[in-house]
Amino acid sequence: MRRGILRWIARHPRSPGALLLGPGGLWLLAFFLLPILILLVYSVMPRGAYGGVQPGFTLEHYRRFLDPLYLGILRRTIWLSFLCTLACLLLAYPTAFYIARSGPRRNLFLFLAVLPFWTSSLVRTYAMIFLLRDSGLINRALMDAGLIQLPLRLLYTEGAVLAGLVYGALPFMILPIYASIEKLDPALLEAAEGLGARSWSRFTRVVWPLTAPGVAAGSLLVFVPSLGSFVVPDLLGGARQMMIGNLIQNQFGPSRNWPFGSAAAFAVMALVLVAMLGVLRMKGLDDEHGTSKGRGA
Amino acid sequence: MTARRVPFAVSATAVVTYAFLHLPLLVLIAFSFNRSRFGVQWGGFTLDWYARLAFRPDILRAMRLSLVVGLLSTLLATAMGTLAAVALARYLPRARRAAGGLLYLPIVTPEIVAGVSLLVLFSWMGIALGITTIVIAHTAFSIPFVTVVVLARLQGTDHTLEEAAMSLGADELSTFRRVTLPQLMPGVLAGALLAFTLSFDDFVTTFFVSGVGSTTLPLAVYSMVRKSVEPTINALSALLVMVTTVAVYLADRLARGSTRA
Repeated sequence: MRRGILRWIARHPRSPGALLLGPGGLWLLAFFLLPILILLVYSVMPRGAYGGVQPGFTLEHYRRFLDPLYLGILRRTIWLSFLCTLACLLLAYPTAFYIARSGPRRNLFLFLAVLPFWTSSLVRTYAMIFLLRDSGLINRALMDAGLIQLPLRLLYTEGAVLAGLVYGALPFMILPIYASIEKLDPALLEAAEGLGARSWSRFTRVVWPLTAPGVAAGSLLVFVPSLGSFVVPDLLGGARQMMIGNLIQNQFGPSRNWPFGSAAAFAVMALVLVAMLGVLRMKGLDDEHGTSKGRGA
Repeated sequence: MTARRVPFAVSATAVVTYAFLHLPLLVLIAFSFNRSRFGVQWGGFTLDWYARLAFRPDILRAMRLSLVVGLLSTLLATAMGTLAAVALARYLPRARRAAGGLLYLPIVTPEIVAGVSLLVLFSWMGIALGITTIVIAHTAFSIPFVTVVVLARLQGTDHTLEEAAMSLGADELSTFRRVTLPQLMPGVLAGALLAFTLSFDDFVTTFFVSGVGSTTLPLAVYSMVRKSVEPTINALSALLVMVTTVAVYLADRLARGSTRA
């Protein structure tokens, strides 16, 4: 499809469409697509001196992931991203519902839900440190209340990383779910009620299936960035809670092994692709399900 | 859907969500006005930590660099993103789905992957890391956001006005300048504000494509946070949050105005 546009533009180089799309399209090709292709090439070349590469072809960088150390990092990355998605879903679904029904204050609530998305992830991670560290607000309050004598270890734990990930990702889950709830036709609920459905079965048989696309989109938007996160595990997790983002940074930074770092980046991209295909498949099945049902009715 | 009563569990979860989203930053901002240097006791109100920022040449330099990078990349991304949106909406409607791939790919690609891939590209091309590479990178990740916002605005505008202008003898350029662009302006401004916010706040990509001496504000905050936790960071963070909030609020107003029109 994309080649289709390029061919079209090549055939009509002076058409206004091509001229207008040209600069932005070329910028993205040169500074987004091309670099990722170069990264792919780097990931299969032997390591050279000072982080560079040597001519040749090798899969050794991908094979290194079979090492238990890196498998562990991969497993932790997937597990934490999954937990983060689940936690976001549990918090965001009721919240989106609440926003949809908050009447005149809806725009304010929506704005407040989206605002964190635009705030620096760094600043928000720092806010978490401020609360969670040994002399932070939570430990101080618990100690002043006499509930504990020594500060609890909150920072540099898996829980801290999870809290940081959820904190950053929540808006991405709230928005798509809100969009699908807002489209929900109230008449359908009234019909279900009129036909004798209780609130729980109204939810499971009407509301949930109709908002599933929003849930799928939100889960994708939360799961994907979590897979590549780097600031949160770096500042809240420390050395023991490394995720694959930290591994990539390490290889491009102090370890100076760019080809292995490139392979790690492509491991992330592969996970992203699997997640996206999974969600698209789910959606596809849903559509088929929906049309066959529609035909039956 | 407004008439129905909301179950208690739903509103309780909403309260928890909003507290979780906003309390940490509110606490941080509150403590940026706290006189006591160590810890969490309230020692009285002060603006001392903000005043101290003014005497930190490294922070002032970083702030200036962030502003310059933000303005340059916003200008580039807004121009290219707007033109691309017009092209997709008016001239290449059938290409929209396909172009959508190239547009949305940067939005779903993990930022760290885009960051290291740009680092590899620049080293491969022999371009020294510095303000140029930062501007190039920020422009690249901002273009899709501008295009998406402007496209949304274009869907709400009236195509027949352009046809009217053309049939009254205006050529394509002056139709664009005098009919299309004024209608688009709120969308363009909203896109520009969002592009600026993205650039001003960006850490991950900048971390990989900045060189010695090109420290933006988020990079400065990062190295401060790694070293220690001190009230000046609270003050600086509070400033960053306020800049973002105002920019996003304005962008939101503009975008909302465009849907009402």
